Amino acid sequence: MNLHVLTAMELRSRLDSGSVKPQDILEDLRGRYESVEKKVMAFARPPSFECREARAAGALKGIPVVIKDNICSRGDLTECCSKILKGFVAPYDATVVEKLKESGASIMGKANMDEFAFGSSCETSCFHPTKNPWNLDCVPGGSSGGSCACVAADEAIAALGSDTGGSIRQPASLCGVVGMKPTYGRVSRYGLVAFASSLDQIGPITKDVRDNAVVLGVIAGHDDHDATSARISVPDYLAETEKDIRGLRVAIPREYFVEGIDPDVRQAMMEVKAKLESLGVRFGEVSLPHTGYAVAVYYIIATAEASSNLARFDGVQYGLRQMGRAEDESALIGMYKETRDKGFGAEAKRRLILGTYVLSSGYYDAYYLRASRVRRLIKEDFDKVFKEYDMVLTPTSPTPAFRIGEKTGDPLSMYLSDIYTISVNLAGVPAISVPCGFARSGLPIGMQLIGRPFGEADLYRAAFHYEQSTPWHKQKPKL
Amino acid sequence: MPISRDDVKYIAHLARLGLTEQEVSHFQGQLERILGYVDKLKTLDVSRVEPMTHVLDLKNVYRKDSVVPSIDPPAVLKIAPATQGQFYKVPKVIE
Amino acid sequence: MNYEPVIGLEVHVQLKTATKAFCGCANVFGSKENSNICPVCLGLPGSLPVLNEKALKAALKVALALGCQVRSFTKFDRKNYYYPDLPKNFQISQYDMPFSEHGSLDISLEDGTKRIRIKRVHLEEDAGKLIHPEEGAESLVDYNRAGTPLLEIVSEPDLYSPDEAYAYLTDLKLILQYLDISDCDMEKGSLRCDANVSLRPAGTTGLGVKSELKNMNSFRAVRLALDYEIRRQEAELGDGRPVVQETRLWNEKKQMTLPMRSKEEAHDYRYFPEPDLPPFVISASEIEEARQGLPELPKEKRNRFAAAFGFSGKDAATLTAAKSFADFFEACLELYDKPKKIAHWLIGPVSFHMNSRGRDIRDLRLTPASLVELVDLVETGKISQLAGKEVLQEMLESGKPAAKIVEEKNLAQVSDAGSLSAVIDEVIAANKKSVDDFKAGKENAVMFLVGQVMRLSKGKANPKTAREMLIERLKA
Repeated sequence: MNLHVLTAMELRSRLDSGSVKPQDILEDLRGRYESVEKKVMAFARPPSFECREARAAGALKGIPVVIKDNICSRGDLTECCSKILKGFVAPYDATVVEKLKESGASIMGKANMDEFAFGSSCETSCFHPTKNPWNLDCVPGGSSGGSCACVAADEAIAALGSDTGGSIRQPASLCGVVGMKPTYGRVSRYGLVAFASSLDQIGPITKDVRDNAVVLGVIAGHDDHDATSARISVPDYLAETEKDIRGLRVAIPREYFVEGIDPDVRQAMMEVKAKLESLGVRFGEVSLPHTGYAVAVYYIIATAEASSNLARFDGVQYGLRQMGRAEDESALIGMYKETRDKGFGAEAKRRLILGTYVLSSGYYDAYYLRASRVRRLIKEDFDKVFKEYDMVLTPTSPTPAFRIGEKTGDPLSMYLSDIYTISVNLAGVPAISVPCGFARSGLPIGMQLIGRPFGEADLYRAAFHYEQSTPWHKQKPKL
Repeated sequence: MPISRDDVKYIAHLARLGLTEQEVSHFQGQLERILGYVDKLKTLDVSRVEPMTHVLDLKNVYRKDSVVPSIDPPAVLKIAPATQGQFYKVPKVIE
Repeated sequence: MNYEPVIGLEVHVQLKTATKAFCGCANVFGSKENSNICPVCLGLPGSLPVLNEKALKAALKVALALGCQVRSFTKFDRKNYYYPDLPKNFQISQYDMPFSEHGSLDISLEDGTKRIRIKRVHLEEDAGKLIHPEEGAESLVDYNRAGTPLLEIVSEPDLYSPDEAYAYLTDLKLILQYLDISDCDMEKGSLRCDANVSLRPAGTTGLGVKSELKNMNSFRAVRLALDYEIRRQEAELGDGRPVVQETRLWNEKKQMTLPMRSKEEAHDYRYFPEPDLPPFVISASEIEEARQGLPELPKEKRNRFAAAFGFSGKDAATLTAAKSFADFFEACLELYDKPKKIAHWLIGPVSFHMNSRGRDIRDLRLTPASLVELVDLVETGKISQLAGKEVLQEMLESGKPAAKIVEEKNLAQVSDAGSLSAVIDEVIAANKKSVDDFKAGKENAVMFLVGQVMRLSKGKANPKTAREMLIERLKA
């Protein structure tokens, strides 16, 4: 029974008809895991294929879901793929995990990620790098590289990732799967180990658009535990996907189609435009004039917030504790410094230093405060566009997956690969990455549709109609 | 924006990171490069732009002042690096 | 060179809300360590804060009672520093937009009142508690207190002596008690005070280098610490040495301030707006509603008592020195409209009893009704003033009503002429000298005779009646 190649909805109908039982799915996934995981290395640690019958009965009853290693699930190791959280067993469930369980889903295991979500390649995990299922010498993208790789490799039916600057969309694009970053506040952040509090969102990673709509419908909604979660009702995303897209107005921002874009990506985007036009979509060119400042704004605000959010990792209550050296100011400070020195990887340290610097006395105004003003300009760019258009189309990533090790030497070049996804988080708007073809090398290419606040339904509509008139979602990597 | 080794050491101290001398040099170069890049923000005139911390227009989010059951102490103490009875234990703090 | 001290006080008040500032854990004192904890107040990865609505309401009351301007738009900020009692290694506090500023408190001094300006009042969360056992190389952490809502009240450096500082603390505490937002118990830590003190040449207006004083566990300790520090700084300056800006801890045992042992560094708190908490907008109508809802504050009550009932400033102050005491007084008034008489008993014997046992009036076995009954017995002459005190004593110990005690102890005063007649005659017969003295014109001799009547009647005679009857008979 090749159940692992199916989507959640396909499994849903088989489960409902009784032709398949939840344990059948898990058994099949176990077989798949044993067969390909040693090549892909998508999981942070071995998952569980134990079938625990869910009493709850919702849209995801009987469906096993993989969650990123930075989402807390009670009784499970939740280590953000970092040494400093070694042994941290979460004593509570993230709200999204509660919602998954209430829907009847089971949490299968934890996906590999860049340490603390700092990265675009899944190479900074303290455990191991994850490989791109389409080419094992290439990165899957990051930081939700493990979540995307396991869905792409059919090691998982569906997964959750987190997105702060593109961490769901970019790896989804590189792995040929569907990844949605919801509007900021659409999904509760309670239980998501914080990276940048004003940018983070949890979102679904799936094999196709309809699965994505179903999962978002389950995890979205206001949460009393999260003061930044929106009090806006959750539409029936699945029902919305079917609606007609004729007359939809899509904008193409000229700043996104300049130097540095891979020729295969450029070609794929032209074909996307043609296909969408044939489906009745109307296009126009717009300007998002502050695009060029987005990476700078992001790397100030995100690292500043991260430097504060990660201060709690100090060896006092949980995780790694290392004692310091004799020459430290005091045993306590020595403990802090040694624990954090041994516990954090290089990328984490780099961001902590940068983030601490831009908040420090004398520099706050020039960096953090200034960046937060430019952030408003970036958001206003989108507000203006959404007055005339329903969504914006861009490539998700300027290039397909790069080789493992290719960008680790130059952090700035790694940061610049987030150029298409970063503005979205700064503006707090939703965006979805959908497979739109392959490069000549055989690596997947993804297109990004950016919507207005709480406009996920429109995004699903456009993505679904595009997907159904193209063959990409049916293709699988050869593993 | 030139960053000195002492700058890096001071920042590392603020962040409670015990860096080796090698790491200090390494980060010094990288920090300089990244700060040089983000300096492009200085070219913008933002004098009439309000800072933005929250993208949503939320205000006045409260919770009710009613007690919710606390966590069972063993659930957190059992994963603690060092405890004494129901206390967390840390190296002695001198005041 | 003559120096004058300049003092500013920073008071932290724990609000007595049912739950903590940002989570639903119980806000109680004295629980077993680490039993009122949750992911939020422990700062566990993934946890998020949500503000307790009562905390802001309580803060608003205090701000208005202190005459502060309340901001219509306020937010929280993160104050970043590392300490084991701070679970997230940052404190959620308020930095550049505190929710209220620019108020004042009029403090009562020997020679009048003085206005002390209040710089700001803001909300923040408390840290946990650190315990440092004598033995060993470790400290222990208890997070029960972490996340408790705190109000920080900062005064301008308008206090010019340790006595003024003491008065400020006393008067501030009184207002907070009247507002019923905190227990204000320094021993339990629900009220804490740090002081900044510097010296300047007498008559100048600048500010000298200040020391920050911490670790004072009572108002008395604050006064002593300031006193010591002022003399210490004077000595330093007198010897030509500059005052060093530092934090000094009050040592109760040695009765001196000592510099902190740990190396001090100027903290760079790297404040930035708290991204996990959307801002708060306080409407003018909300502020007005809160203002209307304020109880009568101590100063207003004092003034009203003095004006309406003719009390001296001192008596009015005593009656309002605790809200419970003032409330008791007013409850008595509702039953018995003789304010001066009630006050006499409350300020006198009842207070004496309270103070000698360190009690609040609510702890006593006394109700307004029972006190009023006693006062009425004395006023209508049924028992003497002296007997009344004895009855009160018994009431407080046994809880029995006054009338019952009078009956049991046979304390009823004898006032009728018939009963007293025999005693009067006996005293006149037995004290010829005093009688002669009186007849000779020494009016005061009758006092001795009254005393004899009291003795013979075992204190039960009504002295007023006895005096009248004696004079009547002697003049006859």
